[in-house]
Amino acid sequence: MLEACQIDFAFTAQPPLLKSVSMGVNAGEWVGLSGDSGAGKSTLGQLLAGYYLPHSGRVVVDGEKLPSRGIKPVQWLPQSPELAVNPRWRVSRVLNEAWMPPDALCRAFGIKPDWLNRLPGSLSGGELQRICVLRALAPGVRYLIADEISTMLDPITQVELWQALKAEAQTRRLGVLVISHDTALIKRLCSRHYHLKRGQLEDC
Amino acid sequence: MRTIQPHLQAIAYASIAALALLALLSSHWWAGELAGQMQFDARLLPPSTAHWLGTDALGRELWARTLAGLGLSFWVGCLAALLGTAIALSLAILAMLSPRLDALVQLLIDTLLSVPHLILLLLIAFALGGGLHAVIIAVATTHWPSLARVLRAELLQLRQAPYIGISRALGKSQGFIVLHHFLPHALPHCLVGALLLFPHAILHEAALTFLGVGLSPSQPAIGILLADAMRYLSGGYWWLGVFPGLGLLLMVLSIERTATLLRRALSP
Repeated sequence: MLEACQIDFAFTAQPPLLKSVSMGVNAGEWVGLSGDSGAGKSTLGQLLAGYYLPHSGRVVVDGEKLPSRGIKPVQWLPQSPELAVNPRWRVSRVLNEAWMPPDALCRAFGIKPDWLNRLPGSLSGGELQRICVLRALAPGVRYLIADEISTMLDPITQVELWQALKAEAQTRRLGVLVISHDTALIKRLCSRHYHLKRGQLEDC
Repeated sequence: MRTIQPHLQAIAYASIAALALLALLSSHWWAGELAGQMQFDARLLPPSTAHWLGTDALGRELWARTLAGLGLSFWVGCLAALLGTAIALSLAILAMLSPRLDALVQLLIDTLLSVPHLILLLLIAFALGGGLHAVIIAVATTHWPSLARVLRAELLQLRQAPYIGISRALGKSQGFIVLHHFLPHALPHCLVGALLLFPHAILHEAALTFLGVGLSPSQPAIGILLADAMRYLSGGYWWLGVFPGLGLLLMVLSIERTATLLRRALSP
């Protein structure tokens, strides 16, 4: 289980963003997280993935602290795939930074072989987001934080991406935290749903 | 007209720089010997068809000495610029590793920028006993702070990029991130920085040599030619100072302009 226990967090010289936040995502479970802009959804996602350290409280993954070395069992997927890849690297190198995904999985995510030899700048946002999602599915990853990953995509690409991710998550029993403003999307994908308001979580 | 002019400028400066480079790189073979050859029956002669840029007080051909001097300055500039860039890049990367190291690097940059660097140059060159190595070390160790500041800012910005955090989350080491993400990002800036550092290095080499703590008087350096010319200026021997000075000015300007154009091309 991916757990946040009594987390407090604030950016330097800013009022507290998260106050005593506790939540959990079980293995194989899909949980939603919504909230207004600036409520701290992405920050909470990044805290769970180890990008920030909480001022107090802790993040626990399957009973242990997040490892400081090696691949992290919790991977964060940001909203803008363009910022999530080195613009100088070819797509094959971007993917191989994490692992060598099997061809069948590439096909399941709709990744065409000719994309691999291209630079990220020549791919569309949807194409690049599929690459980022596939990269995050490296062996050893047990939880995903999908931070508004389909917001910038057209409806057909959204459906294809979520379907591919849902199938892979089911096969590997991945726990997924879906961060989104779109409560309808969260309701379709997730079994549970948290709402972040004034730095605190409410169950929906 | 507005669209053609910058291209013409770029071609002109790059052509001058390329021609100068070619002439300077080969000057050692075809002007080196002539630069030291004394003809006592042809002392202090003005420019003519026999002596293209005139001769100096010992009857040596000024064109050969100017060319050999520029060639020497070119190598000093190259080495000092490369060494300075290496120092700047190393310190900028060091600043990325921890906030304490960053504060130390910043302190070092601010301290060096607050001291007039000609004074520092003189002190370092003097402490190292003068000569070619002293000039290169003095110029390199005093000219890195501005470039280091630019590189540090660039890398600090890059460190915040999501793909760096993702690379770390994927288990990549600090060394991998420096080598595969930071360095390729910093190298174009280093290239432009080195090219912009180059004319400074040449000018300061000439200044140090002119002030007597640079290259040895036996070497046909531009600073030595200009210092010699000062002694004969009141006698009307204008060519002794004008041609080496013009050569230095042309070389510095063409490299500086080429670097500026390259910087614009690399940062659209």
